[in-house]
Amino acid sequence: MTSDQEVQKTIELSIRASYGRLLGYLSSRSRDIQSCEDALAESFAQALTKWTTDGIPQNPEAWILTVAKNRLIDQFKHNSVMQNSVETILLLDKELSEQNNQNFEDDQLKLLFVCAHPSIDESVRTPLMLQVVLGIPSEEIASSFLTSPSAMSKKLTRAKQKIKEAGISFLLPDPDDLESRLESVLDSIFAAYGTSWDHLSTGNEHLKSLDFEAVYLATTLQNHLPLEPEVLGLRSFLLFCESRKNARRNSLNEFIPLDQQNTQNWNQEQIMQAEKNLHQALKFGKIGRFQLEAAIQSAHCARVQKRINNWKEILNLYQVLIQNYPTAGAYLSYVAAFSELHGPQAALQKLLTQKDFHFLDYQPFWVLKSELLKKMNSLKLAQDAIHFAIGMTEDKSVRDFLRKKYDL
Amino acid sequence: MQYVIIIYEGLKEFETRNHPEKAEAYWGAWSAYSTALEKAGVIRGGEGLQGPELATVVSQKNGKRHVQDGPYSDTKEQLGGFFIIDVPNLDAALDWAAKSPAFQTGKIEVRPVLHPVQ
Repeated sequence: MTSDQEVQKTIELSIRASYGRLLGYLSSRSRDIQSCEDALAESFAQALTKWTTDGIPQNPEAWILTVAKNRLIDQFKHNSVMQNSVETILLLDKELSEQNNQNFEDDQLKLLFVCAHPSIDESVRTPLMLQVVLGIPSEEIASSFLTSPSAMSKKLTRAKQKIKEAGISFLLPDPDDLESRLESVLDSIFAAYGTSWDHLSTGNEHLKSLDFEAVYLATTLQNHLPLEPEVLGLRSFLLFCESRKNARRNSLNEFIPLDQQNTQNWNQEQIMQAEKNLHQALKFGKIGRFQLEAAIQSAHCARVQKRINNWKEILNLYQVLIQNYPTAGAYLSYVAAFSELHGPQAALQKLLTQKDFHFLDYQPFWVLKSELLKKMNSLKLAQDAIHFAIGMTEDKSVRDFLRKKYDL
Repeated sequence: MQYVIIIYEGLKEFETRNHPEKAEAYWGAWSAYSTALEKAGVIRGGEGLQGPELATVVSQKNGKRHVQDGPYSDTKEQLGGFFIIDVPNLDAALDWAAKSPAFQTGKIEVRPVLHPVQ
């Protein structure tokens, strides 16, 4: 690796590891997320040129923060409306010298909760968190939320404007509000994790690494809110999925479905942690979406690892899940489990007659439809369906997997 | 930050204002509320408004002034009054809004005041 590449890599790592913390730190003082994002972006750009010639500073995060902070002060000085912000930003100087990680973590949490504030339009909360807490570009967020990049970008800008102008506070919510505010925070972490799966082999390092970020955020939340069963449930779910990461790809980076995975490659320690979190969560007797998701993963895990047939239990869990927390993904998983017990024809019927979701441009729908048709021996129709699915797949290894499986 | 707490009340509440038995309790609640806002030192202004039956809307039609009877919006809840308050953030403003007597019966909109352009 040349030194230029090395610098590039360090900057990338720095962005990945600290984006949300740094943005949380800066914006909790000024409330102006957009300006802080711009300042951070410029700071990262400066780092790229400066570090290549001068070498990487001892504390890259502090360097980036200082440059961003100076830019913000300049900017706020030109804008007398923001006079108060100058004072608060100036306070950073003092704080920076006493900085500790605990503080940064708090700021990132605050940022999470700001994005989940009830006065923000519900449909934009998760995308907003992906962008400002985890630094994902809006066009990538748009594609995982089935909307156009320009529409998504407009929504995000509007939301940031509201946070700034309506005076939404960067404080952790009161205990009374915690539960409702927490729900959308957990939703966004869940969505972030899903996004990382969508990009396993697209070469997008940023989106790929979201799985670490998601687990990290869940763990951080759990440390701060140890008595929230849904936080435990989410962390359990994420760990179950993470535990199979090394088994999901073969040496050629080809996708391996759950039933064909080598369980030797599953991370037993993560599974144990996941089981433990799930157990802790269920003890509260307050079932919720993520505890259900985790319980389903636990059942799948037992099914493959211990070779037991527990499809009935799995189907029941999915049924409760889609009744109380209907999402497109959960519905498809429900139909897939349904076909294991009641056959592909009944499952296909269910899939094609449902009215709650608009599936036509949703890749997993076409994969499942094709799968069911194949089981019914309608090979021509199965191939047609998988053609659509391949056309909608970004991940090359999933595309190759689908091609191979259907002999295309 | 300054916010305006905009009170929307239902027809029934407007009628209560002059009701022989209920009016006292109605006005008592509002008086207690504005006293609380004063005691907390957050109030910067505000007024109660006469009912929508006294509202008149003026607009331009074909280049001419057009005057019409009635409130502008034909909604179940109507503007009944407003308070201007100065509090640290939106949550604090929402807390005050939720303490108003209209919280039980009507709708309350909270909006930040527009900063003067400099």
